[in-house]
Amino acid sequence: MTNFKTEFIGIWTLLKKELLRFWRVVFQTVAAPVITAVLYLLIFSHVLANHVKVYDNVEYTAFLIPGLIMMSLLQNAFANSSSSLIQSKVMGNIVFILLTPITYLQFFLAFLIASIVRGIFVGACIYLFALLYVDLPMLHPWIIFGFAIIGGALLGTFGIIAGIWAHRFDQMAAFQNFVIMPLSFLSGVFYSIHSLPPFWQKVSQLNPFFYMIDGFRYGFFGQSDVPPLLSLSIVTFFFVVLASITLGMLKSGYKLRS
Amino acid sequence: MKKAIVFKSVKKNFGKLEALKGIDLTIEEGEFFGLLGPNGAGKSTLINILAGLTKPSSGSIKVMGYDVTQDYQYARRSLGIVPQELVFDPFFNVREMLRFQAGYFGKGQENDDWIDEVIEELDLKDKANTNMRMLSGGMKRRALIAQALVHKPPVIVLDEPTAGVDVELRKRLWQFIKKLNQKGHTIVLTTHYLEEAETLCSRIAMMDHGKIVALDKTKNLLKRFSAKNLNLRLDLKGKKIPISIQKFMQNLDYHSISFLIEEIAEVEFIISELKKTKIKILDMELTNSDLENVFLKLTGSKK
Repeated sequence: MTNFKTEFIGIWTLLKKELLRFWRVVFQTVAAPVITAVLYLLIFSHVLANHVKVYDNVEYTAFLIPGLIMMSLLQNAFANSSSSLIQSKVMGNIVFILLTPITYLQFFLAFLIASIVRGIFVGACIYLFALLYVDLPMLHPWIIFGFAIIGGALLGTFGIIAGIWAHRFDQMAAFQNFVIMPLSFLSGVFYSIHSLPPFWQKVSQLNPFFYMIDGFRYGFFGQSDVPPLLSLSIVTFFFVVLASITLGMLKSGYKLRS
Repeated sequence: MKKAIVFKSVKKNFGKLEALKGIDLTIEEGEFFGLLGPNGAGKSTLINILAGLTKPSSGSIKVMGYDVTQDYQYARRSLGIVPQELVFDPFFNVREMLRFQAGYFGKGQENDDWIDEVIEELDLKDKANTNMRMLSGGMKRRALIAQALVHKPPVIVLDEPTAGVDVELRKRLWQFIKKLNQKGHTIVLTTHYLEEAETLCSRIAMMDHGKIVALDKTKNLLKRFSAKNLNLRLDLKGKKIPISIQKFMQNLDYHSISFLIEEIAEVEFIISELKKTKIKILDMELTNSDLENVFLKLTGSKK
Protein backbone atom coordinates (compact mmCIF):
# COMPACT_ATOMS: atom_id res chain seq x y z
CA MET A 1 0.00 0.00 0.00
CA THR A 2 2.70 2.45 1.01
CA ASN A 3 5.42 2.52 -1.61
CA PHE A 4 7.99 4.89 -2.99
CA LYS A 5 5.59 6.39 -5.54
CA THR A 6 2.89 7.29 -3.02
CA GLU A 7 5.51 8.66 -0.61
CA PHE A 8 7.02 10.76 -3.40
CA ILE A 9 3.62 12.09 -4.51
CA GLY A 10 2.93 13.06 -0.88
CA ILE A 11 6.06 15.15 -0.40
CA TRP A 12 5.93 16.55 -3.95
CA THR A 13 2.34 17.71 -3.43
CA LEU A 14 3.18 19.47 -0.17
CA LEU A 15 6.22 21.09 -1.79
CA LYS A 16 4.16 22.17 -4.81
CA LYS A 17 1.51 23.64 -2.51
CA GLU A 18 4.16 25.59 -0.59
CA LEU A 19 5.76 26.88 -3.79
CA LEU A 20 2.40 27.91 -5.27
CA ARG A 21 1.48 29.60 -2.01
CA PHE A 22 4.31 32.10 -2.27
CA TRP A 23 3.98 32.39 -6.04
CA ARG A 24 0.32 33.44 -5.69
CA VAL A 25 1.49 36.52 -3.79
CA VAL A 26 4.68 37.09 -5.78
CA PHE A 27 4.56 40.87 -5.38
CA GLN A 28 4.72 40.47 -1.64
CA THR A 29 7.07 37.50 -1.49
CA VAL A 30 9.53 38.28 -4.31
CA ALA A 31 9.09 41.78 -5.78
CA ALA A 32 9.00 43.57 -2.40
CA PRO A 33 12.26 42.10 -1.01
CA VAL A 34 14.01 42.60 -4.36
CA ILE A 35 13.03 46.28 -4.42
CA THR A 36 14.11 46.71 -0.79
CA ALA A 37 17.52 45.18 -1.56
CA VAL A 38 17.94 47.33 -4.69
CA LEU A 39 17.13 50.44 -2.63
CA TYR A 40 19.74 49.43 -0.03
CA LEU A 41 22.21 48.97 -2.85
CA LEU A 42 21.52 52.34 -4.44
CA ILE A 43 21.54 54.29 -1.18
CA PHE A 44 24.47 52.63 0.62
CA SER A 45 26.66 52.45 -2.45
CA HIS A 46 25.99 56.11 -3.17
CA VAL A 47 26.64 57.27 0.40
CA LEU A 48 29.53 54.97 1.38
CA ALA A 49 31.33 54.14 -1.88
CA ASN A 50 34.13 56.64 -1.31
CA HIS A 51 34.29 56.27 2.48
CA VAL A 52 34.53 52.54 3.17
CA LYS A 53 37.48 50.45 2.07
CA VAL A 54 37.05 46.69 2.37
CA TYR A 55 39.05 44.30 0.18
CA ASP A 56 41.82 45.26 -2.23
CA ASN A 57 40.68 45.38 -5.84
CA VAL A 58 36.99 45.18 -4.84
CA GLU A 59 34.94 48.34 -4.96
CA TYR A 60 32.45 48.90 -2.15
CA THR A 61 29.39 48.58 -4.40
CA ALA A 62 30.53 45.16 -5.62
CA PHE A 63 31.37 44.16 -2.02
CA LEU A 64 27.89 45.13 -0.92
CA ILE A 65 25.96 43.05 -3.46
CA PRO A 66 26.73 39.46 -2.26
CA GLY A 67 25.89 40.53 1.30
CA LEU A 68 22.56 42.00 0.21
CA ILE A 69 21.76 38.92 -1.86
CA MET A 70 22.54 36.58 1.04
CA MET A 71 20.69 38.74 3.58
CA SER A 72 17.55 38.76 1.42
CA LEU A 73 17.90 35.04 0.72
CA LEU A 74 18.10 34.27 4.44
CA GLN A 75 15.24 36.57 5.43
CA ASN A 76 12.97 35.16 2.73
CA ALA A 77 13.82 31.55 3.49
CA PHE A 78 12.81 32.25 7.09
CA ALA A 79 9.69 34.15 6.05
CA ASN A 80 8.49 31.35 3.76
CA SER A 81 8.27 28.51 6.23
CA SER A 82 7.37 30.64 9.25
CA SER A 83 4.55 32.59 7.57
CA SER A 84 3.08 29.50 5.94
CA LEU A 85 2.95 27.64 9.23
CA ILE A 86 1.60 30.47 11.37
CA GLN A 87 -1.09 31.24 8.78
CA SER A 88 -2.10 27.58 8.57
CA LYS A 89 -2.25 27.35 12.34
CA VAL A 90 -4.25 30.53 12.82
CA MET A 91 -6.62 29.69 9.93
CA GLY A 92 -6.90 26.10 11.14
CA ASN A 93 -6.11 24.57 7.75
CA ILE A 94 -2.97 22.88 9.14
CA VAL A 95 -5.33 19.95 9.87
CA PHE A 96 -5.46 19.20 6.15
CA ILE A 97 -1.81 18.13 6.43
CA LEU A 98 -1.99 16.66 9.94
CA LEU A 99 -4.82 14.29 8.95
CA THR A 100 -2.78 12.75 6.15
CA PRO A 101 -0.11 10.01 6.09
CA ILE A 102 2.61 12.64 5.43
CA THR A 103 5.49 11.76 7.78
CA TYR A 104 7.28 14.30 9.95
CA LEU A 105 10.35 13.95 7.71
CA GLN A 106 8.33 14.62 4.54
CA PHE A 107 6.72 17.61 6.25
CA PHE A 108 10.16 18.96 7.18
CA LEU A 109 11.67 18.41 3.72
CA ALA A 110 8.76 20.00 1.84
CA PHE A 111 8.81 23.16 3.96
CA LEU A 112 12.59 23.24 3.89
CA ILE A 113 12.92 22.91 0.09
CA ALA A 114 10.18 25.52 -0.50
CA SER A 115 12.08 27.95 1.76
CA ILE A 116 15.36 27.35 -0.07
CA VAL A 117 13.67 27.83 -3.46
CA ARG A 118 12.07 31.13 -2.43
CA GLY A 119 15.30 32.38 -0.85
CA ILE A 120 17.38 31.52 -3.92
CA PHE A 121 14.76 32.93 -6.28
CA VAL A 122 14.76 36.28 -4.45
CA GLY A 123 18.58 36.23 -4.34
CA ALA A 124 18.81 35.48 -8.08
CA CYS A 125 16.48 38.38 -8.92
CA ILE A 126 18.63 40.76 -6.85
CA TYR A 127 21.76 39.44 -8.61
CA LEU A 128 20.21 40.10 -12.03
CA PHE A 129 19.26 43.65 -11.01
CA ALA A 130 22.75 44.22 -9.62
CA LEU A 131 24.35 43.20 -12.93
CA LEU A 132 22.76 46.29 -14.46
CA TYR A 133 24.56 48.38 -11.89
CA VAL A 134 28.01 46.84 -11.42
CA ASP A 135 30.29 44.23 -12.93
CA LEU A 136 30.28 41.29 -10.49
CA PRO A 137 32.71 38.36 -10.85
CA MET A 138 31.78 34.82 -9.82
CA LEU A 139 35.09 33.18 -9.02
CA HIS A 140 33.69 30.08 -7.30
CA PRO A 141 30.09 29.43 -8.45
CA TRP A 142 29.82 26.15 -6.52
CA ILE A 143 30.77 27.85 -3.29
CA ILE A 144 28.13 30.51 -3.99
CA PHE A 145 25.56 27.80 -4.68
CA GLY A 146 26.62 25.75 -1.64
CA PHE A 147 26.29 28.68 0.76
CA ALA A 148 22.97 29.68 -0.80
CA ILE A 149 21.61 26.16 -0.21
CA ILE A 150 22.91 25.74 3.35
CA GLY A 151 21.95 29.33 4.26
CA GLY A 152 18.42 28.88 2.90
CA ALA A 153 18.17 25.52 4.67
CA LEU A 154 19.31 26.95 8.00
CA LEU A 155 16.86 29.85 7.94
CA GLY A 156 14.05 27.71 6.46
CA THR A 157 14.53 25.34 9.41
CA PHE A 158 14.57 28.24 11.86
CA GLY A 159 11.34 29.44 10.22
CA ILE A 160 9.72 26.04 10.82
CA ILE A 161 10.69 26.23 14.50
CA ALA A 162 9.27 29.76 14.77
CA GLY A 163 6.09 28.78 12.88
CA ILE A 164 5.48 25.81 15.15
CA TRP A 165 6.28 27.70 18.34
CA ALA A 166 4.32 30.89 17.66
CA HIS A 167 0.56 30.84 17.88
CA ARG A 168 -0.04 34.53 17.23
CA PHE A 169 1.13 36.85 14.46
CA ASP A 170 2.74 39.26 16.95
CA GLN A 171 4.93 36.44 18.30
CA MET A 172 6.10 35.81 14.76
CA ALA A 173 6.76 39.52 14.27
CA ALA A 174 8.88 39.46 17.45
CA PHE A 175 10.98 36.66 15.93
CA GLN A 176 11.46 38.71 12.76
CA ASN A 177 12.24 42.00 14.47
CA PHE A 178 14.23 40.89 17.51
CA VAL A 179 16.12 37.90 16.12
CA ILE A 180 16.31 37.82 12.32
CA MET A 181 16.73 41.54 11.62
CA PRO A 182 19.50 42.25 14.19
CA LEU A 183 21.39 39.08 13.24
CA SER A 184 21.26 39.97 9.54
CA PHE A 185 22.19 43.65 9.96
CA LEU A 186 25.06 42.82 12.35
CA SER A 187 26.55 40.15 10.12
CA GLY A 188 28.87 42.16 7.91
CA VAL A 189 26.50 42.83 5.02
CA PHE A 190 27.57 46.46 4.84
CA TYR A 191 31.13 46.17 6.17
CA SER A 192 34.02 43.80 6.78
CA ILE A 193 34.26 42.77 10.42
CA HIS A 194 37.95 43.70 10.31
CA SER A 195 36.80 47.31 10.31
CA LEU A 196 35.16 46.76 13.74
CA PRO A 197 36.82 47.18 17.17
CA PRO A 198 38.19 43.83 18.54
CA PHE A 199 35.29 43.36 20.97
CA TRP A 200 32.65 43.68 18.25
CA GLN A 201 34.69 41.42 15.99
CA LYS A 202 34.40 38.73 18.67
CA VAL A 203 30.67 39.39 19.02
CA SER A 204 30.22 39.15 15.24
CA GLN A 205 31.96 35.78 15.26
CA LEU A 206 29.14 34.41 17.42
CA ASN A 207 26.63 35.30 14.72
CA PRO A 208 25.95 32.45 12.25
CA PHE A 209 24.72 34.98 9.68
CA PHE A 210 28.25 36.38 9.50
CA TYR A 211 29.67 33.02 8.32
CA MET A 212 26.95 32.58 5.70
CA ILE A 213 27.54 36.03 4.24
CA ASP A 214 31.32 35.83 4.48
CA GLY A 215 31.48 32.42 2.80
CA PHE A 216 28.97 33.47 0.14
CA ARG A 217 31.04 36.58 -0.58
CA TYR A 218 34.17 34.42 -0.94
CA GLY A 219 32.48 32.69 -3.86
CA PHE A 220 32.37 36.01 -5.73
CA PHE A 221 35.73 37.59 -4.89
CA GLY A 222 37.93 34.80 -3.54
CA GLN A 223 38.45 36.91 -0.40
CA SER A 224 36.82 36.62 3.02
CA ASP A 225 37.25 37.48 6.70
CA VAL A 226 37.48 33.80 7.72
CA PRO A 227 38.37 30.72 5.61
CA PRO A 228 35.27 29.55 3.67
CA LEU A 229 35.65 25.94 4.81
CA LEU A 230 35.47 27.08 8.43
CA SER A 231 32.36 29.13 7.62
CA LEU A 232 30.76 26.17 5.87
CA SER A 233 31.53 23.88 8.82
CA ILE A 234 30.06 26.34 11.33
CA VAL A 235 26.91 26.93 9.24
CA THR A 236 26.47 23.18 8.68
CA PHE A 237 26.84 22.60 12.43
CA PHE A 238 24.10 25.18 13.15
CA PHE A 239 21.89 23.57 10.49
CA VAL A 240 22.33 20.08 11.95
CA VAL A 241 21.48 21.38 15.45
CA LEU A 242 18.36 23.27 14.28
CA ALA A 243 17.24 20.44 11.97
CA SER A 244 17.50 17.97 14.88
CA ILE A 245 15.43 20.27 17.09
CA THR A 246 12.85 20.73 14.32
CA LEU A 247 12.57 17.03 13.58
CA GLY A 248 12.17 16.38 17.29
CA MET A 249 9.37 18.95 17.49
CA LEU A 250 7.62 17.52 14.43
CA LYS A 251 7.99 13.92 15.57
CA SER A 252 6.56 14.66 19.01
CA GLY A 253 3.80 16.82 17.52
CA TYR A 254 4.89 19.78 19.68
CA LYS A 255 2.19 22.48 19.49
CA LEU A 256 0.67 20.69 16.48
CA ARG A 257 -0.91 17.61 18.01
CA SER A 258 -2.24 17.95 21.57
CA MET B 1 -17.67 -8.76 9.56
CA LYS B 2 -14.46 -6.71 9.68
CA LYS B 3 -14.14 -4.09 12.35
CA ALA B 4 -13.87 -0.55 10.99
CA ILE B 5 -12.91 1.17 14.25
CA VAL B 6 -11.94 -0.28 17.63
CA PHE B 7 -11.42 1.90 20.70
CA LYS B 8 -9.89 -0.05 23.58
CA SER B 9 -9.82 1.53 27.07
CA VAL B 10 -9.09 4.97 25.63
CA LYS B 11 -8.37 7.59 28.27
CA LYS B 12 -7.38 11.20 27.82
CA ASN B 13 -6.42 13.67 30.51
CA PHE B 14 -5.87 17.37 29.96
CA GLY B 15 -4.05 18.24 33.17
CA LYS B 16 -6.46 17.32 35.96
CA LEU B 17 -9.43 17.10 33.61
CA GLU B 18 -10.39 13.58 32.61
CA ALA B 19 -11.79 14.20 29.14
CA LEU B 20 -12.18 10.49 28.34
CA LYS B 21 -12.59 7.94 31.13
CA GLY B 22 -11.87 4.67 29.35
CA ILE B 23 -13.79 4.31 26.12
CA ASP B 24 -14.40 0.83 24.73
CA LEU B 25 -16.24 0.88 21.44
CA THR B 26 -16.27 -1.18 18.26
CA ILE B 27 -17.79 0.04 15.01
CA GLU B 28 -18.37 -2.58 12.34
CA GLU B 29 -17.54 -2.13 8.69
CA GLY B 30 -20.45 -0.64 6.71
CA GLU B 31 -22.22 0.73 9.79
CA PHE B 32 -23.85 4.14 10.00
CA PHE B 33 -22.88 5.02 13.53
CA GLY B 34 -23.95 8.01 15.58
CA LEU B 35 -21.93 9.58 18.38
CA LEU B 36 -24.09 11.84 20.49
CA GLY B 37 -23.50 13.93 23.53
CA PRO B 38 -23.69 17.43 24.94
CA ASN B 39 -20.83 19.91 24.67
CA GLY B 40 -17.88 18.72 26.70
CA ALA B 41 -19.01 15.07 26.60
CA GLY B 42 -15.74 14.05 24.92
CA LYS B 43 -16.96 13.42 21.36
CA SER B 44 -14.49 15.75 19.67
CA THR B 45 -11.60 14.50 21.82
CA LEU B 46 -12.45 10.95 20.76
CA ILE B 47 -12.60 11.98 17.08
CA ASN B 48 -9.33 13.93 17.39
CA ILE B 49 -7.61 10.89 18.89
CA LEU B 50 -8.96 8.76 16.05
CA ALA B 51 -7.63 11.31 13.55
CA GLY B 52 -4.21 11.53 15.20
CA LEU B 53 -4.66 15.19 16.13
CA THR B 54 -4.67 14.33 19.84
CA LYS B 55 -2.67 11.64 21.59
CA PRO B 56 -4.46 9.34 24.03
CA SER B 57 -3.16 9.19 27.60
CA SER B 58 -3.68 5.43 27.45
CA GLY B 59 -5.50 2.80 25.44
CA SER B 60 -5.41 1.91 21.75
CA ILE B 61 -7.39 2.74 18.62
CA LYS B 62 -7.47 0.80 15.38
CA VAL B 63 -8.93 1.83 12.03
CA MET B 64 -9.51 -1.06 9.61
CA GLY B 65 -7.09 -3.08 11.74
CA TYR B 66 -4.32 -0.43 11.76
CA ASP B 67 -3.22 1.17 15.00
CA VAL B 68 -3.54 4.96 14.74
CA THR B 69 -0.17 5.46 16.49
CA GLN B 70 1.97 2.53 15.33
CA ASP B 71 0.62 2.20 11.77
CA TYR B 72 -0.58 5.78 11.44
CA GLN B 73 0.07 6.02 7.70
CA TYR B 74 -2.17 3.04 6.94
CA ALA B 75 -4.76 4.12 9.50
CA ARG B 76 -4.99 7.64 8.03
CA ARG B 77 -5.31 6.30 4.48
CA SER B 78 -8.38 4.40 5.71
CA LEU B 79 -9.92 7.46 7.27
CA GLY B 80 -11.63 10.57 5.89
CA ILE B 81 -12.39 13.24 8.47
CA VAL B 82 -14.74 16.17 7.97
CA PRO B 83 -13.76 18.69 10.63
CA GLN B 84 -16.36 20.63 12.55
CA GLU B 85 -14.89 24.09 11.88
CA LEU B 86 -15.19 25.67 8.44
CA VAL B 87 -11.45 25.74 7.80
CA PHE B 88 -9.99 26.45 4.36
CA ASP B 89 -6.81 27.57 2.64
CA PRO B 90 -7.40 31.04 1.17
CA PHE B 91 -4.67 30.69 -1.47
CA PHE B 92 -6.37 28.04 -3.58
CA ASN B 93 -9.57 27.16 -5.39
CA VAL B 94 -11.75 24.13 -4.74
CA ARG B 95 -10.23 21.88 -7.40
CA GLU B 96 -6.66 22.76 -6.36
CA MET B 97 -7.46 22.02 -2.74
CA LEU B 98 -8.93 18.64 -3.65
CA ARG B 99 -5.92 17.75 -5.80
CA PHE B 100 -3.53 18.73 -3.01
CA GLN B 101 -5.50 16.72 -0.48
CA ALA B 102 -5.47 13.65 -2.74
CA GLY B 103 -1.74 14.17 -3.33
CA TYR B 104 -0.97 14.13 0.40
CA PHE B 105 -2.46 10.63 0.39
CA GLY B 106 -0.20 9.61 -2.50
CA LYS B 107 -2.88 9.94 -5.19
CA GLY B 108 -1.69 11.45 -8.45
CA GLN B 109 -3.35 12.47 -11.70
CA GLU B 110 -5.00 9.05 -12.00
CA ASN B 111 -7.31 10.25 -9.23
CA ASP B 112 -8.62 13.29 -11.17
CA ASP B 113 -11.69 11.43 -12.48
CA TRP B 114 -12.73 10.61 -8.92
CA ILE B 115 -12.20 14.25 -7.92
CA ASP B 116 -14.51 15.29 -10.78
CA GLU B 117 -17.07 12.76 -9.56
CA VAL B 118 -16.94 14.09 -5.99
CA ILE B 119 -17.26 17.67 -7.27
CA GLU B 120 -20.28 16.63 -9.33
CA GLU B 121 -21.93 14.68 -6.50
CA LEU B 122 -21.58 17.57 -4.07
CA ASP B 123 -22.87 20.15 -6.55
CA LEU B 124 -19.58 21.99 -6.56
CA LYS B 125 -19.07 21.97 -10.33
CA ASP B 126 -19.87 25.67 -10.78
CA LYS B 127 -17.51 26.57 -7.95
CA ALA B 128 -14.66 24.19 -8.79
CA ASN B 129 -12.41 27.02 -9.95
CA THR B 130 -13.54 29.52 -7.33
CA ASN B 131 -11.17 30.51 -4.54
CA MET B 132 -12.15 28.91 -1.23
CA ARG B 133 -12.56 32.24 0.54
CA MET B 134 -15.20 33.31 -1.99
CA LEU B 135 -17.51 30.39 -1.14
CA SER B 136 -20.58 30.63 1.08
CA GLY B 137 -20.67 28.69 4.37
CA GLY B 138 -22.71 25.88 2.81
CA MET B 139 -20.33 25.58 -0.13
CA LYS B 140 -17.33 25.54 2.19
CA ARG B 141 -19.00 22.72 4.14
CA ARG B 142 -19.43 20.73 0.90
CA ALA B 143 -15.82 21.38 -0.07
CA LEU B 144 -14.73 20.05 3.34
CA ILE B 145 -16.75 16.88 2.78
CA ALA B 146 -15.22 16.55 -0.69
CA GLN B 147 -11.73 16.90 0.82
CA ALA B 148 -12.42 14.02 3.18
CA LEU B 149 -13.46 11.80 0.27
CA VAL B 150 -10.71 12.45 -2.30
CA HIS B 151 -8.59 9.48 -1.26
CA LYS B 152 -11.60 7.09 -1.23
CA PRO B 153 -11.38 6.19 2.46
CA PRO B 154 -13.43 3.19 3.65
CA VAL B 155 -14.24 5.00 6.93
CA ILE B 156 -15.66 8.52 6.97
CA VAL B 157 -16.04 10.57 10.13
CA LEU B 158 -18.28 13.61 10.01
CA ASP B 159 -17.93 15.88 13.02
CA GLU B 160 -21.17 17.87 13.19
CA PRO B 161 -21.42 18.20 9.39
CA THR B 162 -24.73 20.02 9.41
CA ALA B 163 -24.00 22.54 12.17
CA GLY B 164 -25.12 25.96 10.98
CA VAL B 165 -26.39 24.59 7.67
CA ASP B 166 -29.84 25.53 6.33
CA VAL B 167 -32.61 22.92 6.25
CA GLU B 168 -32.44 22.33 2.49
CA LEU B 169 -28.70 21.74 2.43
CA ARG B 170 -28.96 19.60 5.55
CA LYS B 171 -31.42 17.28 3.78
CA ARG B 172 -29.19 17.11 0.70
CA LEU B 173 -26.15 16.31 2.81
CA TRP B 174 -28.14 13.57 4.56
CA GLN B 175 -28.98 12.03 1.19
CA PHE B 176 -25.37 12.21 0.09
CA ILE B 177 -24.05 10.65 3.30
CA LYS B 178 -26.69 7.90 3.08
CA LYS B 179 -25.54 7.18 -0.45
CA LEU B 180 -21.93 6.87 0.71
CA ASN B 181 -23.04 4.40 3.37
CA GLN B 182 -25.01 2.39 0.81
CA LYS B 183 -21.85 2.22 -1.32
CA GLY B 184 -20.14 0.47 1.59
CA HIS B 185 -18.42 3.30 3.44
CA THR B 186 -18.52 3.11 7.22
CA ILE B 187 -19.92 6.39 8.52
CA VAL B 188 -19.39 7.86 11.95
CA LEU B 189 -21.48 10.92 12.60
CA THR B 190 -21.28 13.20 15.58
CA THR B 191 -24.19 15.53 15.93
CA HIS B 192 -26.18 17.71 18.25
CA TYR B 193 -29.28 17.15 16.14
CA LEU B 194 -31.00 14.14 17.65
CA GLU B 195 -33.40 14.04 14.73
CA GLU B 196 -30.40 13.63 12.44
CA ALA B 197 -29.05 10.67 14.39
CA GLU B 198 -32.52 9.10 14.64
CA THR B 199 -33.04 9.39 10.88
CA LEU B 200 -29.61 8.28 9.70
CA CYS B 201 -27.86 6.08 12.23
CA SER B 202 -28.41 2.38 12.67
CA ARG B 203 -26.50 2.35 15.96
CA ILE B 204 -25.80 5.06 18.48
CA ALA B 205 -23.41 5.72 21.34
CA MET B 206 -24.35 8.44 23.76
CA MET B 207 -21.52 10.11 25.61
CA ASP B 208 -21.56 12.21 28.73
CA HIS B 209 -18.67 13.41 30.90
CA GLY B 210 -16.10 11.34 29.01
CA LYS B 211 -18.02 8.07 29.22
CA ILE B 212 -20.36 6.11 26.97
CA VAL B 213 -23.67 6.11 28.81
CA ALA B 214 -25.63 4.14 26.19
CA LEU B 215 -24.70 2.03 23.19
CA ASP B 216 -27.26 0.18 21.13
CA LYS B 217 -29.14 0.04 17.86
CA THR B 218 -31.20 3.18 17.45
CA LYS B 219 -34.53 1.32 17.49
CA ASN B 220 -33.49 -0.66 20.58
CA LEU B 221 -32.54 2.51 22.41
CA LEU B 222 -35.92 4.00 21.61
CA LYS B 223 -37.65 0.78 22.67
CA ARG B 224 -35.58 0.40 25.83
CA PHE B 225 -36.48 3.84 26.95
CA SER B 226 -40.06 3.56 25.84
CA ALA B 227 -41.18 6.59 27.73
CA LYS B 228 -44.05 8.61 26.32
CA ASN B 229 -44.84 12.25 26.40
CA LEU B 230 -48.13 13.35 27.88
CA ASN B 231 -48.83 16.80 26.48
CA LEU B 232 -51.57 18.68 28.33
CA ARG B 233 -53.16 22.03 27.63
CA LEU B 234 -54.38 23.36 30.96
CA ASP B 235 -56.54 26.15 32.20
CA LEU B 236 -54.35 27.18 35.14
CA LYS B 237 -56.09 30.45 36.11
CA GLY B 238 -53.27 31.35 38.49
CA LYS B 239 -53.09 27.91 40.10
CA LYS B 240 -49.79 26.11 40.48
CA ILE B 241 -48.95 22.63 39.23
CA PRO B 242 -49.00 20.27 42.25
CA ILE B 243 -45.54 19.48 43.61
CA SER B 244 -46.34 15.75 43.47
CA ILE B 245 -46.35 15.75 39.65
CA GLN B 246 -43.69 18.36 38.98
CA LYS B 247 -41.02 15.63 38.74
CA PHE B 248 -42.66 14.40 35.50
CA MET B 249 -42.59 17.81 33.85
CA GLN B 250 -40.38 18.25 30.80
CA ASN B 251 -41.40 21.53 29.22
CA LEU B 252 -43.64 24.28 30.26
CA ASP B 253 -44.84 27.00 27.99
CA TYR B 254 -47.85 29.25 27.83
CA HIS B 255 -50.01 26.78 25.95
CA SER B 256 -49.05 23.33 27.11
CA ILE B 257 -47.08 21.24 29.56
CA SER B 258 -45.24 18.11 28.60
CA PHE B 259 -44.89 15.26 31.15
CA LEU B 260 -42.50 12.36 30.61
CA ILE B 261 -44.14 9.12 31.71
CA GLU B 262 -42.99 5.53 31.80
CA GLU B 263 -46.19 3.75 32.79
CA ILE B 264 -49.81 4.37 31.98
CA ALA B 265 -50.57 4.44 35.74
CA GLU B 266 -48.60 7.66 35.86
CA VAL B 267 -51.09 9.24 33.43
CA GLU B 268 -53.91 8.45 35.84
CA PHE B 269 -51.90 9.85 38.74
CA ILE B 270 -51.12 13.11 36.93
CA ILE B 271 -54.75 13.60 35.89
CA SER B 272 -56.08 12.86 39.38
CA GLU B 273 -53.61 15.29 40.98
CA LEU B 274 -54.70 17.99 38.53
CA LYS B 275 -58.33 17.28 39.33
CA LYS B 276 -57.60 17.59 43.06
CA THR B 277 -56.22 21.07 42.50
CA LYS B 278 -59.18 21.86 40.22
CA ILE B 279 -57.01 22.58 37.21
CA LYS B 280 -59.06 22.06 34.08
CA ILE B 281 -57.59 19.97 31.26
CA LEU B 282 -58.40 21.64 27.92
CA ASP B 283 -56.61 19.19 25.66
CA MET B 284 -54.54 16.04 25.95
CA GLU B 285 -52.11 14.17 23.67
CA LEU B 286 -49.93 11.10 24.20
CA THR B 287 -46.85 10.84 21.95
CA ASN B 288 -44.03 8.34 21.59
CA SER B 289 -40.59 9.03 22.95
CA ASP B 290 -37.77 10.24 20.73
CA LEU B 291 -34.01 10.23 21.12
CA GLU B 292 -34.19 13.55 22.86
CA ASN B 293 -36.06 12.00 25.75
CA VAL B 294 -33.69 9.06 25.85
CA PHE B 295 -30.80 11.44 25.89
CA LEU B 296 -32.26 13.56 28.67
CA LYS B 297 -32.93 10.49 30.76
CA LEU B 298 -29.45 9.12 30.32
CA THR B 299 -27.52 12.27 30.90
CA GLY B 300 -29.92 13.88 33.31
CA SER B 301 -29.42 17.10 31.33
CA LYS B 302 -32.02 19.73 30.71
CA LYS B 303 -32.45 21.14 27.25
